[in-house]
Amino acid sequence: MATIIGVPKESLPGEKRVAATPESVKKLFQRGLVLRVEKGAGLAAGYADEAYRLAGAELVDDGWKDSDAVFKVRAPTVEEAGRLKDGALLVCLLYPDRTPGLTDVLKPKKVTALALEKIPRVTRAQKMDVLSSQANLSGYRAVVEAAAHLQGFFGPQVTAAGSTPPAKVLIIGAGVAGLAAIGAARALGAEVRAFDTRAAAREQVESMGAKFLEVTVKELGEGGGGYAKVMSPEFIAAEMALFRAQAKEVDVIISTALVPGTKAPVLLPRDVVEHLKPGSVVVDMAAEQGGNCELCRPGEVVDFQGVKILGFTDLPSRMAATSSKFFAMNLVHLAGELGQGDTLTVNLDNDVVRPSLVLHQGETLPPLPPKAPSLPAPKSIAPRPDAKPKQQIMSQSGRAWGTTVGGLALISGLFVLGRFAPPDFLQHSTVFILACFVGWQVVWAVTPALHTPLMSVTNAISGIIIIGGMVQVGAHLDAATILGAIAVLFAAINISGGFLVTQRMLRMFQREAAPAASKGGR
Amino acid sequence: MGSDFSGVTAIAYLASGVLFIRSLGGLSKQETARAGNAAGMVGMLVAIAVAAITWVASGDVGARQAGLGLMVGAVVVGGVVGSTLARRVEMTGMPELVAMLHSFVGLAAVLVGFSSYLNPPAGLEGVRHTVHLAEIWAGVAVGAITLTGSIVAWGKLKGTITGKPLLLPGRHALNALIALSIIGMGHPFQQMPGASGLPYLLAMTGLACLIGVHLVVAIGGADMPVVVSLLNSYSGWAAAAAGFMLNNDLLIVTGALVGSSGTILSIIMCRAMNRSILHVVFGGFGTSDVKPAAHGEAPAGVVQEIKADDLGVVLAQAKNVIIVPGYGMAVSRAQSAVQDLTRTLREQGVNVRFAIHPVAGRLPGHMNVLLAEAGVPYDIVLEMEHINADFDKTDVVLVIGANDIVNPGALDDPSSSIYGMPVLEVWKARLTVVLKRGMAAGYAGVENPLFYLDNNRMLFGDARKSVEALVAAVRK
Repeated sequence: MATIIGVPKESLPGEKRVAATPESVKKLFQRGLVLRVEKGAGLAAGYADEAYRLAGAELVDDGWKDSDAVFKVRAPTVEEAGRLKDGALLVCLLYPDRTPGLTDVLKPKKVTALALEKIPRVTRAQKMDVLSSQANLSGYRAVVEAAAHLQGFFGPQVTAAGSTPPAKVLIIGAGVAGLAAIGAARALGAEVRAFDTRAAAREQVESMGAKFLEVTVKELGEGGGGYAKVMSPEFIAAEMALFRAQAKEVDVIISTALVPGTKAPVLLPRDVVEHLKPGSVVVDMAAEQGGNCELCRPGEVVDFQGVKILGFTDLPSRMAATSSKFFAMNLVHLAGELGQGDTLTVNLDNDVVRPSLVLHQGETLPPLPPKAPSLPAPKSIAPRPDAKPKQQIMSQSGRAWGTTVGGLALISGLFVLGRFAPPDFLQHSTVFILACFVGWQVVWAVTPALHTPLMSVTNAISGIIIIGGMVQVGAHLDAATILGAIAVLFAAINISGGFLVTQRMLRMFQREAAPAASKGGR
Repeated sequence: MGSDFSGVTAIAYLASGVLFIRSLGGLSKQETARAGNAAGMVGMLVAIAVAAITWVASGDVGARQAGLGLMVGAVVVGGVVGSTLARRVEMTGMPELVAMLHSFVGLAAVLVGFSSYLNPPAGLEGVRHTVHLAEIWAGVAVGAITLTGSIVAWGKLKGTITGKPLLLPGRHALNALIALSIIGMGHPFQQMPGASGLPYLLAMTGLACLIGVHLVVAIGGADMPVVVSLLNSYSGWAAAAAGFMLNNDLLIVTGALVGSSGTILSIIMCRAMNRSILHVVFGGFGTSDVKPAAHGEAPAGVVQEIKADDLGVVLAQAKNVIIVPGYGMAVSRAQSAVQDLTRTLREQGVNVRFAIHPVAGRLPGHMNVLLAEAGVPYDIVLEMEHINADFDKTDVVLVIGANDIVNPGALDDPSSSIYGMPVLEVWKARLTVVLKRGMAAGYAGVENPLFYLDNNRMLFGDARKSVEALVAAVRK
């Protein structure tokens, strides 16, 4: 029996996203799964019911009833959970601690609950990582919202009516959202600086074109799972000092700092905000988890002495079409981990699925033995400075010595020859060695792009051996003459073939029609 | 009568020697290259004309009609065959043609050597006779090695002989033994009066042929650029040796020029692979003495695919694109499609350039010729050292049929058998896309960690079809 997947309409006020799009429905439908999309589920995100139907979904009034599996964005309410079929599979951003009483409803129904926020942050699971895909959007949107509330340009302006410098943007926390925010702010032309407690973030921040800020206290902030950990009091004091100093300069602060499992750290207390110029904007992306800014109120815009503090908790929802598309594709990839074909099955040996399960058939699973480094730092493949490539060819000095010794040996050899060899041989040797040196000097100058024509032209001129053949052709048709003539034949092939093919090749090398000021190509 | 002309001949030979040097010197720049080639042709014409006049003037032509006919016939037939080859050859087949032409020089050297032995110049006595015999001995040996070595190289390039190195047990000892017997047989040979040493000469030629086959058979496919360059230099030395035996300075000069040219090319190729020339000639790529550490660690991670349509969108939006062609582009004859893509992208304002690794392809400079044939302007085709610093400012790098030359393991994985080889640092770009038929390793047999990087995508399929699909996608 094919698994029936229900996609209910999101009930949380302001939540516009939907866990399936016509595109994802089509992919799942092609696998043979049965899809039941609640009427109007995608409307807020711009996906019409008809589009779902055309993609293969069945439109229903209730996405919960009788579904073997439910795909959803937000956690269900207790009431919604009560409508789940016994033994169903629930896939959503569950955060079980935030909805009191939810697990008590799910347990007796023997529900298997897969919490998308718990998907391990390993490379293999990247394509299913909802948090990353949504954080990317949020980071972008945070910048757009900040720009909308800032009373000036982000990028520098030089106009006849006057000039303005670029907006200065401070981004706290260089996770997925922070990096996306850096990218968006840079693209708008702002001058961006970013802070993160994790040393690994520096390279990523700088690669996005932002300045990486540091505090004087040295402490590594890498916690598990790619998140930061809680820092020591000394570090926090230094951090505050940095933020106070920055607040005097910057126009926009976007804070994204989260530590898993606890309330978001307060990084922007009242006195830091007081240092901001009136008209500045703070976007607190941690608002839902309590906020990085002391003055932030989730879901609201607070005006504090002219500073606007945006506590939006629905940033991805403000781009519901795209965020739903990414969310839904994450789920399609996740469905791929839940077996192939027309059923979804939970495999407890699967290293992506197992850690994400909050409940398995109504039971809490024993905690997994912690795997120490769950996310290896993104492996840098820049060459290590200490790793000096071994050289099979000799070093410069080794080569110089080799040449010297070889040269001396050659000269001594020539002295011996000079004593015993006939004079014309010596004369030939002189010519030979001088010609070698000339060739050596000339050929090093040949541009690598013309190495193939070089080979074919040397092919042609080594056909000069034709002269050797001609000399050997004598009066009589004896062996010497015939051998000589054959040599002439092959040498002639070389000469004509070599020169002509070189000519043909060289004709093909064309400069650009317009003599642009080109570099290279010499 | 001949003595009247000897001064003229000497000057003429000097002139053609200078013209040959000019011809090689002209290749230093694209702008002067064609003039250089023309200089070479003129030099050759002068040399042949003077040799012909000398030949005619050296005695009664009437008595030598047969010889004259034979000679003219040989020149005409050779000329026609050569020009046909030159016209017909596909640029992807250039390595084979070059290897074939090398073998002809080797063959000619062997023939001239034999002929010179059977019909020696008059008046050679004592030491001069001994030296002459030694010159023949050396000339024939080098010629024979060039001949068979080039034939095997030709077969390998054409694919009729397997590209895998054939390694006989005790091959070093075998080579040494053959080399020693070639030298050893020289002694009895020079004791024989007249032309009676012919059996020795024949036997030695056989041995030299054997060594030529054996040396090249042991060399792997990816080392072919080095081998072809080496054989190029051998063909030069063979011509020089012929010059010694015939007392002809022009042959010596030309041979020396070609010989050093081939040597330099071999050195350049070896440096580009961080391997010594001895290691290439006697090693064989990926043989037991280098390999074992190569599979220390399979790269972790997933290979991510991309579709041509999606890539087309990315390309159309990119500012800087670098294309890295490899032998795979030659194999699938994708160069025209690549030029189409280049032109389409450049029309849309994308800055497209090419990065050429010195050992890309099967011949030094092979990629440049293929791209030139397709009509890619040569000033956007850059060498490794000129473009390697630009990858971090590049949006998309397309790797077309190349593998080992873009392997990051060469820089940071000491267990890799290509560790230390300079490579194109494509992974610094924001996105790399590898066009490849499948996941097979390159010629060095080394896994390529590039394929598993987060910023890499694979576009599987035949290179030409993939590039054509890209062109269509970009135009959309």
